[in-house]
Amino acid sequence: MEADITLIVNGQSQTVRVDPATPLLYVLRDQLQLNGPKFGCGLMQCGACMVILDDVAWPSCQLPVHDVTGGIRITTLEGLAKPDGTLHPVQQAFVDEQAAQCGFCLNGMVMSTVATLQQYPHADEETIRNGMMRVLCRCCVQHRAIRAAQKVVAANKKS
Amino acid sequence: MPTSRRHFLQTAGCLTIGFSLLGSTWAMAAEAADELPGSLGDYPRIDSWLEVLADGRVRVLTGKIELGQGIRIAVAQMAAEELNLPLSRVEVVLAETDRTPNEGYTAGSGSIENSATAVRYAAAAARQKLLALAATQLQARAFQLKTQNGVVTAPNGQTRTFAQLLNGQKLTDEVRLPIALKPKADYQYVGKAVPRPEMERMVRAQEYYVQDLRFPDMLHARVLRPLNYDSKLVQFDEKELKRAVPGLAKVVVNGSFVGLLAEREYDAKLAQDWGKLNVRWTEGKALPAGQPLKDYLRTLPNTPKRVQDKGTPTNAPTLRASYYKPYLMHGSIGPSCAVARFDDAQRRLEVWTHSQGVYPLREALADLLKIPVDSIHVKGVPGSGCYGHNGADDVAADAALLAVATPGRHVRVQWAREDEHCWEPYGSAMVLDLAARLDPTTGRLTHWHQQVWTDTHSNRPGGNADKLLPAQYLAHPRRPANDGTTDPSAGGYRNADPLYAIPNLRVDAYFFRGPLRVSALRALGAYGNVFAIESFMDELAEKAGLDAWDFRLRNLQDKRAIAVVERARAIARQQQTGENEGLGFAFAQYKNKAAYVAVVAKVSIHEEGTPYRPQLWAVIDAGEVINLDGLKNQTEGGMIQSASWTLMEEVKFDQHQVRSRHWEAYPIFHFDEIPYVDVTVINRPTEPPLGAGEAAQGPTAAALANAVYRATGKRVRELPLRPEKLTREV
Repeated sequence: MEADITLIVNGQSQTVRVDPATPLLYVLRDQLQLNGPKFGCGLMQCGACMVILDDVAWPSCQLPVHDVTGGIRITTLEGLAKPDGTLHPVQQAFVDEQAAQCGFCLNGMVMSTVATLQQYPHADEETIRNGMMRVLCRCCVQHRAIRAAQKVVAANKKS
Repeated sequence: MPTSRRHFLQTAGCLTIGFSLLGSTWAMAAEAADELPGSLGDYPRIDSWLEVLADGRVRVLTGKIELGQGIRIAVAQMAAEELNLPLSRVEVVLAETDRTPNEGYTAGSGSIENSATAVRYAAAAARQKLLALAATQLQARAFQLKTQNGVVTAPNGQTRTFAQLLNGQKLTDEVRLPIALKPKADYQYVGKAVPRPEMERMVRAQEYYVQDLRFPDMLHARVLRPLNYDSKLVQFDEKELKRAVPGLAKVVVNGSFVGLLAEREYDAKLAQDWGKLNVRWTEGKALPAGQPLKDYLRTLPNTPKRVQDKGTPTNAPTLRASYYKPYLMHGSIGPSCAVARFDDAQRRLEVWTHSQGVYPLREALADLLKIPVDSIHVKGVPGSGCYGHNGADDVAADAALLAVATPGRHVRVQWAREDEHCWEPYGSAMVLDLAARLDPTTGRLTHWHQQVWTDTHSNRPGGNADKLLPAQYLAHPRRPANDGTTDPSAGGYRNADPLYAIPNLRVDAYFFRGPLRVSALRALGAYGNVFAIESFMDELAEKAGLDAWDFRLRNLQDKRAIAVVERARAIARQQQTGENEGLGFAFAQYKNKAAYVAVVAKVSIHEEGTPYRPQLWAVIDAGEVINLDGLKNQTEGGMIQSASWTLMEEVKFDQHQVRSRHWEAYPIFHFDEIPYVDVTVINRPTEPPLGAGEAAQGPTAAALANAVYRATGKRVRELPLRPEKLTREV
């Protein structure tokens, strides 16, 4: 049943030996020891496990790992910062706005926003909210997340 | 521990002493100081709270756990402030047995009042001690010395670092009052919006949560649970399961407790999925579905308690009304998780947990496993936000049982989403009957009678295994019903006595044992009680033809309460409302002794009846502000969470099982629904800091209900405020 599966994760090619039906989330967390994507529901309902596939934010908890081979670029929260450690502008904005309490859903909010703003650098509030629609946050810092995204948009408009 | 009385005394003592100490006069402090503030009473030694490390950094030890409420930064600010240290030179150790003080549970908005206050005094005492050492070593007078960045400088320019001064010694002295605290005018950190350093760690996806712990030999486990609380295991074909999931490493069956262990997490999940379809259980006990829960709960046998009885009964009331609050879920985004390892040779158990109380959990585990308390080490590690007593303790017990059955290996138990939704202890449903009389000439309340029907709002394990979920399913089950340690009255009448000045006040509580598992959910009974009281206040005002703001102000005597309400009124007066829009407000002081909060809500009701994306303003007085942004974050989050509870949430069940098994069956706010929120803080630096994390829950609910009434003419007394209840009457 198991097979060697080659994935491109955060720009690096990684080969893991797993059942190809294993959801990507388990491979990222258990085989590749990444902390960014979180287990929240396993039902694609909460967004805690969000990753970016090429340019699309997508929950990883039900996605069979064999569906993301063949050169698809998988980005996790770990892959956003520059090699020198500089945070991605969206990460930085979330820190600046202190847009977290427990932080468990932060991954979903940041990954979704990165994908949204890549597509719509000048996104308005509704677009920002829509971009995070798949993400649930129970501490309820959503308004701070929206503010963080708006801050990035404001910077995008200037540059 | 003989906790409750002792704790009560401490809390009470803390408030009085704190008041005088942080007030204006030092002499009073010395007189009143027969008890140390906060948790210092139990742990008076400086080094219980604070250590100077060899590199000069300071380590703060708190018995509280970080739940996202920001206690880590708050205690760091306290220490950095009193010791004149940069924040980056302060590290914080969270709750861990045998290492940090035993501060019971991280609950009841008490972390600032108890832990941070203790750290403040311990740091001040440390500073005093370090200056005394420096005075001797540098041959100077203490008052001539300057302390900056962990270095003490004498007038002649000679310096010593904290570490040099101590030269390996520990700060073993006891804190003694009075202690000179740093003058508030010189504060660098306290009262400011200091960012939480762990934010960067979270956003970089560094290891942070208990879910992130990975040990080389770790097994992954899930636990099989039936559909009904009272089901028992009938049939389980282990061989068939092993055929279906070859990666399964081990199965532990003890009565109706079934643990499934695998080298890989996915295999444990597959085994659990298989179990859901193929394992047979008895049907269990029927749940009271198909009838209005509000009526049903009144019919349950109950234990009555007269909580307040002042003056004469409320005869011929001006108004009566009845309110209802359903069962609500904590709904942590990350299902509960724990890791445990049992060393067979040494008979020693280690547990990593996001429980709110590592020490009480340790005692409960000792009771469960029949091993000495001293042989168990419990380390608190942050998890997903819990908002009260969720599955954290239960999953730690799952992990402990499976670790003991698998000595020498780390066992990580991860609850599935359905486990958390179905098995967490909910916040109890409540029925509230209110009656009041007012004097129409003065607009003053003369009589008030509040009756509360509720289950307990605290079923924490304390030191008892009975309340740990898996203990109830073992071959020799432990049953909380029989242990006599449940306090049925816990939290149910929290905030049931209005803060308004009412000469004749009666509060009766009736404690039932309801159909669903329950325990502490953020604000406990205060959410239901304040919703009822503040809805009723609006109803009373209308009946008497009084302005809702004036009516409250006329009946309040507490100056700080009045200030909060007046500030909220000023905010409300700036708002315009159009057609189908309504403005409502509500006020409460949490527990009648913690933070004061007034909430203004503006709703707009569209055709389909949804108060979509309301606007919410809070005015909060939490005494002395420790971290301005932390206080705002808690209050903003509290309002949004409460709005989600109030507008859409309700745990549902049928005759056999809980139906709210996942997020689609228990909807909470999504991003498109998130209200606009704004928080105004009244800082009172000379007052003691007050617990604030739960203070917005009740006022938000009533403010929304009152706003909906203004917009639609429809008074909704039964939560949630679902659209079908809001469509306009013709």
